[in-house]
Amino acid sequence: MKSLTHIHSRTAVLPFENIDTDRIIPARFLTTTERTGLGKSLFNDWRYRADGSENPDFALNKAEARGCEILVAGRNFGCGSSREHAPWALTDFGIRAVFSNEIADIFRGNALKNGLLAVVLADADHQYLLEHPGIELNVDIAAQTIALPDGRKIEFPLEPFAKHCLLAGVDQLGFLLQHEAQIAAFEQARAA
Amino acid sequence: MAKTLLDKIWDAHQVAAETAATPAILYIDLHLVHEVTSPQAFAELRSRGLKVRRPERIVATMDHSTPTLPPDANGKRPYLDKATEAQVAALEANTKEFGIELYGWNSSNRGIVHVMGPELGATQPGMTIVCGDSHTSTHGAFGALAFGIGTTEVGHVLATQCLLQRKPKSLAITVNGKLGKGVTAKDLILHIIGRIGMNGGTGQVIEYRGSAIEALTMEERMTVCNMSIEAGAKAGLIAADATTFEFLRGRERVPKGADWDAAVRRWSEFRSDPGAVFDREVVIDAAAIKPSVTYGTNPGMVIALDAPVPKAKDALEQRALDYMKLEAGHQLAGTRVDIVFVGSCTNGRLSDLRATASVLRGHKVADGVRMLVVPGSEQVKREAEKEGLHEVFRAAGAEWREPGCSMCLGMNGDIGKPGQLVVSTSNRNFEGRQGPGVRTVLASPLVAAASAIAGVVADPSRYISEAA
Repeated sequence: MKSLTHIHSRTAVLPFENIDTDRIIPARFLTTTERTGLGKSLFNDWRYRADGSENPDFALNKAEARGCEILVAGRNFGCGSSREHAPWALTDFGIRAVFSNEIADIFRGNALKNGLLAVVLADADHQYLLEHPGIELNVDIAAQTIALPDGRKIEFPLEPFAKHCLLAGVDQLGFLLQHEAQIAAFEQARAA
Repeated sequence: MAKTLLDKIWDAHQVAAETAATPAILYIDLHLVHEVTSPQAFAELRSRGLKVRRPERIVATMDHSTPTLPPDANGKRPYLDKATEAQVAALEANTKEFGIELYGWNSSNRGIVHVMGPELGATQPGMTIVCGDSHTSTHGAFGALAFGIGTTEVGHVLATQCLLQRKPKSLAITVNGKLGKGVTAKDLILHIIGRIGMNGGTGQVIEYRGSAIEALTMEERMTVCNMSIEAGAKAGLIAADATTFEFLRGRERVPKGADWDAAVRRWSEFRSDPGAVFDREVVIDAAAIKPSVTYGTNPGMVIALDAPVPKAKDALEQRALDYMKLEAGHQLAGTRVDIVFVGSCTNGRLSDLRATASVLRGHKVADGVRMLVVPGSEQVKREAEKEGLHEVFRAAGAEWREPGCSMCLGMNGDIGKPGQLVVSTSNRNFEGRQGPGVRTVLASPLVAAASAIAGVVADPSRYISEAA
């Protein structure tokens, strides 16, 4: 995993609440056995019309949203299934951060394990971002701050271990593997 | 200090306690594996040269991408496409390579993984159970801490039998009193989600308790815990009791003889102590619950079947009503139905099929309505056929299928057409879940069967009194 320390990008906004994992990536695209290549199916049923052409009304299809790395979404983003294909589709598309005022547990955990900064903002800060689509943000992960164009800074919470892994570009499996002796001892103690 | 059931399971599985800097290392007793969320995890192990640490703690099967029509005369299964077939083949190859027992096509136990685990007795009280599937919460019905994980975490458990986890908060939902006639466990959980909202459980483990919960059978408890995730909860729990032990007794994977008695004593300790403090408590009166259905595009949009569609509270709800082609103030009951789906890890068990048959017996599925009945497992299928339930379904004009997830998420091609309305006993009514543009009404098997006969969303009470 690559280290993620800063994100500098304009925002794209999907203001809807409860954007579920079937919205992010419909189940019919889960038949892959790979992690890559899912970006083209991200938000498929919103992004494309029935004839396969792009829906010009969808926020991410607008010219100003092209290349945006930050997605601001309505409350309870990522609810529904445990499919890691949801964060894989977002990162494959080029999204590196998702901001909301509530993010579903499994999605958030999956995102942070894939170098996707999924964090929850205070309601007022979230509302400001919803109302100002396309603004340029500077995200500093070590400092846990988002700098706004007007100079203000928003703070966000981030679980310390997930933060360490994002900044160092390491995954959690290595950490678990270092505890092999402790795991074996736990198993032995239980068997006794 | 008095502990909750969550505290007790958590404490018993900590390889290392959490610190400010690191989450707890939590030992996992049982890992359920299916074809959709595992191939990338096996690939990760392969690329790092790692083995599966405890293959005996894994139950693997295929359920999502599998066809629900039988093989042809040459034994060829009618997969939707090459990708679904390749995904199942990958699971067969991966389990073989890593030494994991697979409940495959030839197994008499194959089924939806959340139906199969309890049938085998693999699901036991006090365990930690995970699967790359959000409906793992089903197994909480046995007093086990069971939750869905992503594929990266599937890899963690395969390699280390452990997960890194921060402890969730606890939410007690106490349901007092008795459910009325014709009111099922599905109505109960839909009512609860409608009450606390589809994000009401986020960051929390729900413990369901109270006299109405204690009165439920194990299959009903599984229906309740199954949909905990639809309220956003990490997991749902019901403390094990005599009902639980009776269900488990004699099953393939439970201890036998003196070991059984010792296990029951151990399992009996996994319940919240009197006076244990929960982070939050909700109390519900069972007698006030009516047969319930969803009317929108998330599982929190729930109404009693006899209630009118409520006015949209915001633009989002209006959008949901527009998608569902419903108008506020009108009855959902009486709306034309195109497809009825009975099945899934929520309502695909024997008791669900019995309930469906009790309504269908002696009736026909209405003209223009297609009805699919999909058993949750090979065992459910076998038992249903032994009772002749499949004859009831077929006589009514319904399709009796092979076990699998089927139309719950439509990965195998069992989907509706744009605009069609499906009355479904499954767990999610998201836009497009059962096919692009398909409208889903979540309901109990009783309501589903009544709607199939009537051709419109219908109250089952008149068919129930006929059957009684």
